[in-house]
Amino acid sequence: MKKEMICISCPMGCRITAEWENDNDIKVTGNKCPRGIVYGREEILSPRRVVTATIDINSSSLGRIPVMTTGTVPKGIIDSLLNRIYKMHLETPIARDDIIMKNIDDTGIDLIATRTVTT
Amino acid sequence: MKEIKVDTLVIGGGSAGMAAALEIAERGFSVTIAERENSMGGILNQCIHNGFGLHHFKEELSGPAYAEKFIDMVDSSKIKVFLDMTVMDIEQTTDDLTAYGLSRDNGMVKFSIKTVVFANGCRERNRGSIGTPGTRPSGIFTAGLAQRLVNMEGFIPGKECVVVGSGDIGLIMARRMTWIGSKVKAVIEIQPYPAGLTRNIVQCLNDFDIPLYLSHVVGEIHGRDRVESIDVIPLENGVEQKDKSFNIKCDSLLLAVGLVPDNELAQKIGITINPETNGPVVNRQLMTGQNGIFACGNVLHVHDLVDFVTEESERCGRYVADYLDNKKPADQYKTTPGKNVKYLVPNYYSPKEDNKFYLRTMIVKNRAELVVKVNGKEITRKKLNHIQPSEMISFSIPGGKVENISELHNNILEVQIV
Repeated sequence: MKKEMICISCPMGCRITAEWENDNDIKVTGNKCPRGIVYGREEILSPRRVVTATIDINSSSLGRIPVMTTGTVPKGIIDSLLNRIYKMHLETPIARDDIIMKNIDDTGIDLIATRTVTT
Repeated sequence: MKEIKVDTLVIGGGSAGMAAALEIAERGFSVTIAERENSMGGILNQCIHNGFGLHHFKEELSGPAYAEKFIDMVDSSKIKVFLDMTVMDIEQTTDDLTAYGLSRDNGMVKFSIKTVVFANGCRERNRGSIGTPGTRPSGIFTAGLAQRLVNMEGFIPGKECVVVGSGDIGLIMARRMTWIGSKVKAVIEIQPYPAGLTRNIVQCLNDFDIPLYLSHVVGEIHGRDRVESIDVIPLENGVEQKDKSFNIKCDSLLLAVGLVPDNELAQKIGITINPETNGPVVNRQLMTGQNGIFACGNVLHVHDLVDFVTEESERCGRYVADYLDNKKPADQYKTTPGKNVKYLVPNYYSPKEDNKFYLRTMIVKNRAELVVKVNGKEITRKKLNHIQPSEMISFSIPGGKVENISELHNNILEVQIV
């Protein structure tokens, strides 16, 4: 598998290519610094992202409460995570940093509220 | 009419207004914030994505979380806050200022004040600003409005949308629309390069294979009651190639075509506006051309990171406190944007005091240099790894650094990017 991408480790934005070499190693080209190699490898082996979304809440002031994962989760679980989030309904009061979903799919990452909604 | 006597009225309770008010209160002066919405936080409340606070709090927060940290500080201070209040007018007499704020709970409130801080942010440019022809169906939103509808009110603006403009708000909304289950068919950008940060191009477009059409414009919007499709025209050397235009079917259009500082009230009271920023002309202390009236945050110039808004506004708060302390500022001279610099804030500097500048460049370049000159002599030079118009650049000139001030010259500080 060969993947072309833009490294976002810094604002330079090197256009790099990462590809499998001999089935056991990943070769990164086009990077101008070592961070590009780390980025390219991770993007091929296990790309991860922070997910932010909103959940329905019975508040008088706000339709939905914002939530966020406490770290990056594998890209592959994002769609399923979003679907679970959209099916939820929360009751006030909720405080910022309250855990909404613990240890998402055994990743060790939680889903937390990022806003306090009292009423 | 209710009358309130206070040292400072801060107009706007977003990131700029809260940071400025906290600094002024810290120095023992009385401050009131007038906020138009029913809660403080401003635009941060609808920016539910992550990436805020890396500079200021050294942690990655969502917009509402960043706002809430400041709201908590304001709530535990002596700052008085009026919510749902719009400031209608400001009058200036010889030594004092009077402002009038209107709110449902309080009616018209008269503020007798010594200083005002404009911290009321910016507005979105809309369809009228870019002059797109075609019918006027429903389904056309500014990106910020769509963001508010989705993230705070829970409405879905459309099932198949096209985003016009590749600024950060446009890119963030392309990802948000995808994540709520809508299909984003394209992002159209008039410039030959993306207007937003590279990390947003990668994480908001490339992750979802959303095509980005650079050097393209929307030719026409079709649809009678609802948007049905749009024509997209490529540009070559700035000229529309109508024979190469193509049609994209969609039910909604999100316009992310720039922000303009909201200076209606400032202009009404005769404050001079800088045509490059659309914000007031300010001196080193971020004071406008009128005594006691200051400006900070997006109403002064559009920032790309809230962390920079906080930095600038805290500084503004300290300058306001200095003014209230009757601290006389040192001599000031003009600043001017030189080669490849779109704008420079503030418009004056003081050779004897520390000066902090924000600027935007007009070019995209790796390994550039920022050069500061006064009276033709180079004062300092700074290496910049990568520059582009969407990334604001900052630098400082410490007091005493400019030594060649002379009555024979104009002493203008010029900043170039080479």
